[in-house]
Amino acid sequence: MSSNGLKIAVVGGGLAGLAAAMKIAEAGHSVDLISVVPVKRSHSVCAQGGINGAVNTKGEGDSPWKHFDDTVYGGDFLANQPPVQRMCEMAPKIIYLFDRMGVPFSRTQEGLIDFRRFGGTLHHRTAFAGASTGQQLLYALDEQVRKHEAAGMVNKYEGWEMLSLVLDDHQVCRGLIAMNLQTLELKEFPADAVIMATGGPGLIFGKSTNSMTCTGSAVSAAYQQGAKYANGEFIQVHPTSIPGEDKLRLMSESARGEGGRVWVPKNPGDKRNPKDIPTAERWYFLEEKYPAYGNLVPRDIATREIFQVCLEGFGVGGENQVYLDLTHIPAETLTRKLGAILEIYEMFVGDDPRFVPMRIFPGVHYSMGGLWVDFEQRTNIPGLFAAGECDYSIHGANRLGANSLVSCVYGGFVAAPSAIEYAQNVERGSTESNGIHAAELKRQQEINDQIIRNEGSENQYKIHDELGKWMTDNVTVVRYNDKLKATDDKLVELIDRFKHISINDSNLWATQAVPHARQLWNMLHLARVITLGALNRDESRGAHYKPDFPDRDDEKFLKTTIAEFSEESPVLSYEEVDIGLIEPRKRDYTKGKSKKA
Amino acid sequence: MSETNGHHEKKRLDNPPQTIEFKIQRREKLGGETRWEVFEIPYRRNLNVISALMDIRKNPVTKDGRQTTPPVWDMSCLEQVCGICTMVIDGRARQSCSALVDDLLLASGSNTITLQPMSKFPNVRDLKVDRTRMFDHLKQVHAWVELDGSHDLGPGAQISNETAQERYAFSRCMTCGCCLEACPQYFEDNYIGPQAIAQARLFNMHPTGKITIDERLDGLMGEDGITNCGNAQNCVQVCPMSVPLTKAIYETNRDITVNALFGWLKK
Ligand SMILES: Cc1cc2nc3c(=O)[nH]c(=O)nc-3n(C[C@H](O)[C@H](O)[C@H](O)COP(=O)(O)OP(=O)(O)OC[C@H]3O[C@@H](n4cnc5c(N)ncnc54)[C@H](O)[C@@H]3O)c2cc1C
Ligand code: SF4
Repeated sequence: MSSNGLKIAVVGGGLAGLAAAMKIAEAGHSVDLISVVPVKRSHSVCAQGGINGAVNTKGEGDSPWKHFDDTVYGGDFLANQPPVQRMCEMAPKIIYLFDRMGVPFSRTQEGLIDFRRFGGTLHHRTAFAGASTGQQLLYALDEQVRKHEAAGMVNKYEGWEMLSLVLDDHQVCRGLIAMNLQTLELKEFPADAVIMATGGPGLIFGKSTNSMTCTGSAVSAAYQQGAKYANGEFIQVHPTSIPGEDKLRLMSESARGEGGRVWVPKNPGDKRNPKDIPTAERWYFLEEKYPAYGNLVPRDIATREIFQVCLEGFGVGGENQVYLDLTHIPAETLTRKLGAILEIYEMFVGDDPRFVPMRIFPGVHYSMGGLWVDFEQRTNIPGLFAAGECDYSIHGANRLGANSLVSCVYGGFVAAPSAIEYAQNVERGSTESNGIHAAELKRQQEINDQIIRNEGSENQYKIHDELGKWMTDNVTVVRYNDKLKATDDKLVELIDRFKHISINDSNLWATQAVPHARQLWNMLHLARVITLGALNRDESRGAHYKPDFPDRDDEKFLKTTIAEFSEESPVLSYEEVDIGLIEPRKRDYTKGKSKKA
Repeated sequence: MSETNGHHEKKRLDNPPQTIEFKIQRREKLGGETRWEVFEIPYRRNLNVISALMDIRKNPVTKDGRQTTPPVWDMSCLEQVCGICTMVIDGRARQSCSALVDDLLLASGSNTITLQPMSKFPNVRDLKVDRTRMFDHLKQVHAWVELDGSHDLGPGAQISNETAQERYAFSRCMTCGCCLEACPQYFEDNYIGPQAIAQARLFNMHPTGKITIDERLDGLMGEDGITNCGNAQNCVQVCPMSVPLTKAIYETNRDITVNALFGWLKK
């Protein structure tokens, strides 16, 4: 431990958690880094397309301000603007730092970092490393953190799952309780400050593009202990995913960024091989409706259009799928620019997308909502900080492609000094000796014991399936109030049925049944936040779309939804959005962006 | 990926069976005895090993109707990029997410798929292993770039796209352990193995990384070092990320020779 003896715990070792851990160690403080999976295997490895930063390598007149404007506009003005601006200013520096850490970014002929175009912008602003940018960025941070680990500054607890926070009588966070996933041993982690960086909650929707660790469980636990959860209803559904039995695999937006075209046969019954359908008989519906952005409209719009086209019966083969076509681009170019993601398609579907148009459909992808934080990444619980996909702060009502990785690193970089400052000033008082940690540990142990003892007739995996199905059917692309209400009723029922599960595993060593049960409970509660947030928001904005309320309603809903836990039902309230820098304007991607900003 | 000259369509199973069998090696805990259990599930199109395991976990009853404990395995990304779900499937170490049932049945000509944990790592339970030592190897070879700090110092060195792509190939390693499982020289952690050598090479190729090449090579020159390689070349054949492992070993050996020859000049 460092000389001044600060104790900071970081929960989660994705991009955000590692970014924070690195900064804290570098500042000379020791860190406990707690993660369900070895940090190098965190969900951030999945990111394929790239990371945004207005470096303006192509001389297009790009600037951090334009990046800021695109982000705020893309998010339908729901984000507080100051942190977004700060992130966009930091973005080029973040990319440069990764460059220095040795990330093998693709290069221009001059040997500079190359940039590509992504959705929701007219500029080449996305740096990429092959087609596995997230993997490469995560590894770079993992390596730096390993260096600090070797130097004794970072203590990793991999294979440990956070179950709850330790709060004192004044609701101040004094550490956390985590469970060893092999032995089921519970351990207290006393800390002056805790940074949560536990990623998104995709598993609430059953199948999504997320990793299996993305349960949102830790965040939900914090919410149930009093942390505010903001904008839960804003769930991004990615327009192009590959349907699968176990998960929806993403087809990265870079496929469209590199020129991929979305189409369906004009004749809905057309059974011909796609290659045999002449151009005149193909409907390139995105290009037709959005001449300025074409296939690169933001995700929410692409998703809804694809969904709608299928609803109208134009889906390929009458099914819920459309073509995403790259076959007009030379195979060699595709291999070079998109190799890894095309391999994914080939590996899991069997066809080679360089020669056969891919079949894709929208899939749950990202949560814009998350723990409420202020502009310094502080939650409402003193001593608790959040960063990365688990916080709500940057993306408003819709996230632009390649903006998450940068927001994760930004969040980690802001949370770290913020937590250090807090830890240096907080009074420890007698909290270490007055038994609050032991008491919380005992409470968590009792919950485990109860789950282990239960011998009900419910199967937890079946409850999870039902949860996923209800959420996917009713709380994704198109939302109706009656269905949202019915979904919440269902969730209440599932929460009740949860009490009658039996874990079906008599061997408690390394069992997955107990952790899954803990996660499921938390997912059910977070699902209610998402559903009721959607029910209450009678407008359409970004990823949240209600046909009965098709317009954005700034007067009533240019507000952050805040959910607070209560035993009966989440309590919702609304908070003003800081729009001091760019005045809200109507979002319209049919033309080039109206110049106001 | 396959040939570039034409459309490549995958071979599919034409007459799929009604049901498929999974023969799974079970172990209750570290150091416990192993035993086999057979499970039967209905065949569906597009099954991979993971979705089959998920099915079994929901209702763990063996083929002969005996209630048992759910098999334990690790999984996360399901896109073959996190490396965690690696196991030995029909005798070959690979990721269970990208092991498609149709392909396996086609290859074996049978209706049974056999699952075992990797044998070169401590077996925690059932199909789950502990690969901590692979991460320790990365410490041993200083697999990172030494920075002056993470504050803003502008961009890094200019690098040709060619070098970037060459490094990218090394940087795709997901620490899955297939190469160690396949290596005839690697057992009981006697040898640092191809994975760590390739990661050392990744940084030795970087303009800034190169500055600390000595530390990295030092980590490879001990008793468990690079000289253990017997040149069987199994590693490069099993690597799911096509990491050019034998090239890394060759080039690192060359670096070590050069360093041995000229090292004294630096002193
Ligand atoms: C397929 C896919 C492709 C994407 N592509 C892009 C892209 O191209 N560009 C882009 O900008 N964004 C992309 N995204 C989004 C981006 O990858 C994620 O939003 C981002 O990686 C989240 O990082 P994170 O650090 O917040 O969390 P994660 O990387 O999800 O890490 C979470 C960490 O928390 C740990 N954890 C979770 N719960 C607990 C617990 N209870 N106790 C202890 N530890 C816990 C996990 O072990 C893990 O270490 C993509 C997302 C997906 C799904
Ligand atoms: S080199 Fe290949 S086989 Fe070895 S650990 Fe890395 S990805 Fe796996």
